[in-house]
Amino acid sequence: MLAAIWVMVILAIVVGVVLGWSAVRFKVEGNPLAEKIDAILPQTQCGQCGFPGCRPYAEAIASGEADINLCPPGGEEGMKKLAELLGVEPKPLDETHGTPKPKSIAFIDEQICIGCTLCIQACPVDAISGAAKQMHTIIASECTGCELCVAPCPVNCISMVPIAEDLPRWKWKHPVVMLKKMS
Amino acid sequence: MSRKLFKFKGGVHPPEHKAESNKRPIHTAPLPPKLVIPLRQHIGNPAKPVVEVGDHVLKGQLIGAADGYISTAVHASSSGTVTAIGPALVPHISGLPDDCITIEVDGRDEWIARTPLDYRAMEPANLRMRLRDMGIAGLGGAVFPSAVKLDPGAAHHCPTLIINGGECEPWITCDDLLMRTRADGILQGVAIMRHLLGSTEVLVGIEDNKPEAIAAMRVAAAKMDFPVEVIAVPAHYPGGGAKQMIEVLTGKQVPSGKLSTDIGIQVFNVGTAYALARAVHHGEPLISRLVTVTGHVLRPQNFEVLFGTPLHWLIALAGERGGTTGVLMGGPMMGLPMPNLDVPVVKATNCILVKSAELFPPLPKALPCIRCTRCADACPAELQPQELFRFAKSGDFGRAQEYHLFDCIECGCCSYVCPSHIPLVDYYRYAKSEIWAREKEKRASDLARDRHEFRLFRLEREKKEKAEKLAAKAQAKRAEMATEPAAEGAASDTDAKKALIAAALARAQAKKAEVAPKNTDNLSPDTQHEIEEIEARRAKIRELARQPLSEDKS
Amino acid sequence: MPAPFILDRTSVTQVMAWVLAALLPGIAAYVWLFGPGILVTLSLATVTALAAEAAMLKARGYPAKPFLTDLSAIVTAWLLALSLPSLAPWWLIVTGTLFAIVVAKHLYGGLGQNIFNPAMVGYAVLIVSFPVQMTQWAGPLELTSTPLTLAQSASVIFGGDVPKATLDAVTMATPLDALRTGLLQQHTVDEILVQPIFGHYGGTGFEWLAAAFLLGGFVLWALRIISWQVPLAFLAGIWLTAGFLHFFDAGRFGAPWFHLFAPSVMLGAFFIATDPVTGATTPRGKLIFGLGAGFLTIVIRTWGGFPDGVAFAILLMNLCVPLIDQYTQPLVYGEAKAAKAPPA
Repeated sequence: MLAAIWVMVILAIVVGVVLGWSAVRFKVEGNPLAEKIDAILPQTQCGQCGFPGCRPYAEAIASGEADINLCPPGGEEGMKKLAELLGVEPKPLDETHGTPKPKSIAFIDEQICIGCTLCIQACPVDAISGAAKQMHTIIASECTGCELCVAPCPVNCISMVPIAEDLPRWKWKHPVVMLKKMS
Repeated sequence: MSRKLFKFKGGVHPPEHKAESNKRPIHTAPLPPKLVIPLRQHIGNPAKPVVEVGDHVLKGQLIGAADGYISTAVHASSSGTVTAIGPALVPHISGLPDDCITIEVDGRDEWIARTPLDYRAMEPANLRMRLRDMGIAGLGGAVFPSAVKLDPGAAHHCPTLIINGGECEPWITCDDLLMRTRADGILQGVAIMRHLLGSTEVLVGIEDNKPEAIAAMRVAAAKMDFPVEVIAVPAHYPGGGAKQMIEVLTGKQVPSGKLSTDIGIQVFNVGTAYALARAVHHGEPLISRLVTVTGHVLRPQNFEVLFGTPLHWLIALAGERGGTTGVLMGGPMMGLPMPNLDVPVVKATNCILVKSAELFPPLPKALPCIRCTRCADACPAELQPQELFRFAKSGDFGRAQEYHLFDCIECGCCSYVCPSHIPLVDYYRYAKSEIWAREKEKRASDLARDRHEFRLFRLEREKKEKAEKLAAKAQAKRAEMATEPAAEGAASDTDAKKALIAAALARAQAKKAEVAPKNTDNLSPDTQHEIEEIEARRAKIRELARQPLSEDKS
Repeated sequence: MPAPFILDRTSVTQVMAWVLAALLPGIAAYVWLFGPGILVTLSLATVTALAAEAAMLKARGYPAKPFLTDLSAIVTAWLLALSLPSLAPWWLIVTGTLFAIVVAKHLYGGLGQNIFNPAMVGYAVLIVSFPVQMTQWAGPLELTSTPLTLAQSASVIFGGDVPKATLDAVTMATPLDALRTGLLQQHTVDEILVQPIFGHYGGTGFEWLAAAFLLGGFVLWALRIISWQVPLAFLAGIWLTAGFLHFFDAGRFGAPWFHLFAPSVMLGAFFIATDPVTGATTPRGKLIFGLGAGFLTIVIRTWGGFPDGVAFAILLMNLCVPLIDQYTQPLVYGEAKAAKAPPA
């Protein structure tokens, strides 16, 4: 009886030491959760989720304050990725925060622009160049299509132009192989 | 000639169908009324147009300049007038338009001044630059800028030069005919390649189903002042693939993810060698190539075709027949269906294959994969196509990459042997382009994140700087006030402010009252004209900007 | 649809048809050696399989024609029928076939999706559930005085009124059963082998049946419908394991040749273990799969609760296939030689 207890105690100590050692030895320096979430978010910085940018939203998700279905630019796919990362059930996008739209970028009508710099101040990624009383223009390659510049413009000279499919952007489609009968 | 040949794993033996088109001599296709020359005919950056609408151009004149290192120029294939620069239909499976230069030919076919190059006297870098500007790109199918491939890089020389006359795709015979009739030209091009690469060994691999071509090349090779070995290799699809040709001739495999130059081998298509000779010895930029027109036409044959010639023009020349079920650019194994017959012949066009229900019966319906691994046995890249298919189908692109999706050369052997008739290559293409798109998206979002973070940092910094400035100012004021009597200071402060505002108001009113002429009034006609031009340009830019973005510059 | 626009002539139907054709020598030998009863079993299994396949396709919303004509259901039916005792009652055949097609094939997703070999699932279910009925083997004609005619066989199978004496006269323990029973009765192998049911190698009649399946297997290999790895590794696994045991105690363990030519091994090696859907796909994986199945067969035959172990061995290896495949991925082009020949 005593021997059995001793065996169990010694076993517990040995296993404990091994576990403790491996916990230190094989410690995974993983990204904190918020960073992993941030990597999934589309970085449009549009604020449609109700947070001032993607990073704050990621932090809110990580701390459990926000749901995973508030990001329209990320769409269904982004939500699913978040669900997978967090091990929760996917849920439909919350439409009160907007619906997914085709990817667009902003365009400034330079004939109308008065150079007020309001849009420059609104742009979360500094993708508008220009100065006070100078014409402004969008740096197309940097624009995330967040639409934050549209509302502040006092003369409504900014419009969102959908990105059309062209050759460099064209993708091979998933092959259509019909096995089932068409219902 | 008793060189030991090696075998590559996998491969298939589809019916060759070469005899249809290799019996007739090469015909020069007559000039079409209009040439549409795409600016993106090669791998790398598209060429930049250097002519304007309305310009008259001569045959061989540069119309699109190379843009960057991996790029080549495009030239007018005949003399005429530029009538349009902008999106037009190109030979791409999507049917999407791309930037092209359209030339209305004048029928005179008038050349620009052509000056042969003394390539031995030229600095290699200069020579490569010239070749880039003469539009030389690989004519075997990939259309990679040849100037880049002719750079031996840090190794300074590439011991083995392989000239690929394999032409393993069924139906296609343009390289066959080229070797039969222009073997001397090809070898002149080989001499230039050898000079640039510093190669000591030159091997020409030709599949043994082209005895006439082998004989012609051997005769031409014997005339050269350096040893050239013309080797008949067994006809075995895809033996004309660069990696497969290397393995058959040398027994070496190009390491996965590396270039053939890493093992001291460079491979060029015979057509590229010929184009190189024309460019160097005759000063002719690349403006035409041999194109096989075969399949369901009356007279299957090879044509010498100017780039920009529409496909229907060639099909009409070969004799159109009823019952056509589609047109492919390339062969039946790797060719792409053309959405439209108005699209032009480009540098990559080696074959126009007209389909009929008889020659190409509709493919049977696909069944589920039964994991029979015939595809794995046939895969020359030694992949496991059945697993790649599973991952691609289920969208597990990460696993697909782990299983070496990007080593797939899309030769079509797996689909060819699949007893379930699954379009396997389609799945791989889909997975590859999906992965590329996601990487692009990822880069864009990373950039956006960086820029957003920098903005937050900048705002913070500005706030701090402002606060510091204010603090410094306040301190200065306090110091000032300490020297002056307090009460007086306060009074004078408010007074001064009031005075300042009043002065500013007065100035503003004065300005308003004064009906100053606008800077756009009272202009000289010259300036007026200039302004109009600027306005026009602006309108055009706006027009362009309204149109869909042509390329992501990120 | 993009390239390629031409196809080799092979199709699933063709592959399956060749498998069926390659079974014909075995079936012919079966009829010759054991009487025509097997034809009744085969027909019944075929009809049941096709009916079950059609019903499942309809229920799952798939078109019937391409899947019924792919012949895969018939292959399953034949393999199961050839594994069953030749005088098994009709309801046993129907139950086994239904289980194979409905549960093992369609409930796992149909053609190409099943994890376990359907025929072997059907067999395993029957032998676990109805061990007694699974022993109604007709003895080899050589050893039976009054062989059953086709009509009599059918009568036995369909539960007709057959005198028990007649039935007893024709049914006989298989060599594996006999060996097992003998060993349980503490006899040595040598003592057991004097019974007439044991022929030269694997049992009277059975050894020639095995040879006929071997012939069919060679045809499939010659046509490249099956690869050499699985059958060879399977046979090697059996031979090595049995040989090892026999070497140490010839009195308690059967000879390796006996095990190779005993019933079901050749059928298993060339027709069942080679099922592409449920087998390993990589070359090395196929070897491991075959060796493992061979090893397990002998282990189950020797120490397990049933006289034969081919079915369970293959099912157990089916279970390991994803793991085997994952860890035996072959090197791709440029990986193999790159390691050997460093860049010049």
